[in-house]
Amino acid sequence: MNDNAIVELIDIKKSFGSQQVLRGVNLRIMEGKTTVIVGGSGQGKSLIIKHILGLVTPDSGRALVYGKELNKISKKELKDIRTNFGVLFQNSALFDSMTVYDNVALPLRERTRITEEETERIVNEKLKMMDVEGTNKKYPAQLSGGMKKRVGLARALVLDPKIVFFDEPTTGLDAAKSNEIYRVFSRTQKKLGYTSVIVSHDVPKIFKLADYVALLHNGIVRDCLTPDEFQLSDDPVIKDYVETTMGPVYSSEMEV
Amino acid sequence: MLNYFEKLGADTLYHLNQTGRMGIFLFYSLLSIIRPPYKIFPIIKQTYVIGALSIFVIIFTGAFSGMVLGLQGYHTLSKFGAEGLLGSAVALSLIRELGPVLAALMVTGRAGSAICAEIGIMRISEQVDALECMAIDPHKYIIAPKFIAGIISLPLLTAIFDVTGIMGGYLVGVGMLGGNAGTYFSSMYKDVEFSDIYMGLVKSLCFGVLIIWICASKGYYVHLNRGGGFGAEGVSSATTNAVVLSSVSILLFDYFLTSVLL
Ligand SMILES: Nc1ncnc2c1ncn2[C@@H]1O[C@H](COP(=O)(O)OP(=O)(O)OP(=O)(O)O)[C@@H](O)[C@H]1O
Ligand SMILES: [Mg+2]
Repeated sequence: MNDNAIVELIDIKKSFGSQQVLRGVNLRIMEGKTTVIVGGSGQGKSLIIKHILGLVTPDSGRALVYGKELNKISKKELKDIRTNFGVLFQNSALFDSMTVYDNVALPLRERTRITEEETERIVNEKLKMMDVEGTNKKYPAQLSGGMKKRVGLARALVLDPKIVFFDEPTTGLDAAKSNEIYRVFSRTQKKLGYTSVIVSHDVPKIFKLADYVALLHNGIVRDCLTPDEFQLSDDPVIKDYVETTMGPVYSSEMEV
Repeated sequence: MLNYFEKLGADTLYHLNQTGRMGIFLFYSLLSIIRPPYKIFPIIKQTYVIGALSIFVIIFTGAFSGMVLGLQGYHTLSKFGAEGLLGSAVALSLIRELGPVLAALMVTGRAGSAICAEIGIMRISEQVDALECMAIDPHKYIIAPKFIAGIISLPLLTAIFDVTGIMGGYLVGVGMLGGNAGTYFSSMYKDVEFSDIYMGLVKSLCFGVLIIWICASKGYYVHLNRGGGFGAEGVSSATTNAVVLSSVSILLFDYFLTSVLL
């Protein structure tokens, strides 16, 4: 089980001014599995993702992807590693002067040599999958928050990535839509076998999708467990988290 | 007292850091220009935005610069009875100095500020990060077409500026003040040499690179700027900085280029 960690964070520390956000994060992301990172708002979940993406350099500690330490390798090598990534940012980060269609088509146009008809087919397929077809000609500013998220997801998945990073993919979506998105995730993951890292506040629903759940609390990852182990964990912090998010019904000892 | 030195040290480091960053920025941008793949459409689009859309402003300012040169030149030269040299005086000052410098200043105001703001907004809304994570090089995708467009546009705009300026000088010096039309152009023909045109061309090329370099890098590094505020305010102060720095550099650089090329 130890040999197929595709991403490894070792003792990552990061401060902004006097605020120490990450105080020694250790995390292993297993190949082909879904790891969900949960934790309170402002704890540094998005920051962890940015470390793995190589957008932020840690103050100390090492971030390894495919066994390569991100801040030690050349620009070229980093770019090669990133060809495997599909990323949804928390704010979607759509290109706001391009239409929805061009946004989703961009990775295909810049990274592959396929024809425009083929591009069109793939883009429409992905937009349909995310249930935002018919918005092709709109600009991101003309979309609702939830639609932006789904366009961002379509863009992240358009090149069939090997690792996907979704920062709060269903925040701002209604229950039916987020269920639909989760179905799409498990379907595409089965088909493509990608590794996924998901940041989410949607507990307990997200547990159905997760192979591992990691709780970030006070700058460290308390533990990375399977959803079942997580819900039954003895760790007081995890227990507390499970109780506040899922209610006491879920933890057996709390039953009166 | 110690505080003062501390601040001085921090300031020095900050500015060194910033200069180094801009150097690296230029290096990567120029490198990404020569690296394949070469896409023509973004270059055409940027040339349209930076060059074609500036033509009107350039014609307007060029005409009035030439007209005022004609006016001033005629009155000054007529004191020495040398009105016949008006044509070459207007043409030489435009081709060697005013054309490249004023065209560059106009492009800075019109296109440079827009470039800085556009890239700055892409940076603060994480669009640059998104590009990087898609393994698309932002230098290649956003910056390189702008550099090429700047290098293409500036010499052409300068040429337009020169020509409209010479026409403006003719309008005032000959049309309004009654100078001789034949001598206006024949003195020009006699005195303007290839080296003058070469000087104007080199200057405009250098200014083209300078404008895009300063404006694009100020926008690209807007998130690292100190004390300029964040978000919209950060972008606006970066844009102001970019325009001021670019304008000042154009004038400084003009002096050095002139002293080297003369
Ligand atoms: N560039 C930055 N400069 C200063 N502080 C930052 C920066 N980026 C993040 N932080 C700080 O780091 C902390 C973690 O931020 P992060 O965005 O990772 O939170 P999060 O866990 O994703 O929260 P949420 O669930 O609300 O998205 C926050 O307290 C934030 O203020
Ligand atoms: Mg976040």
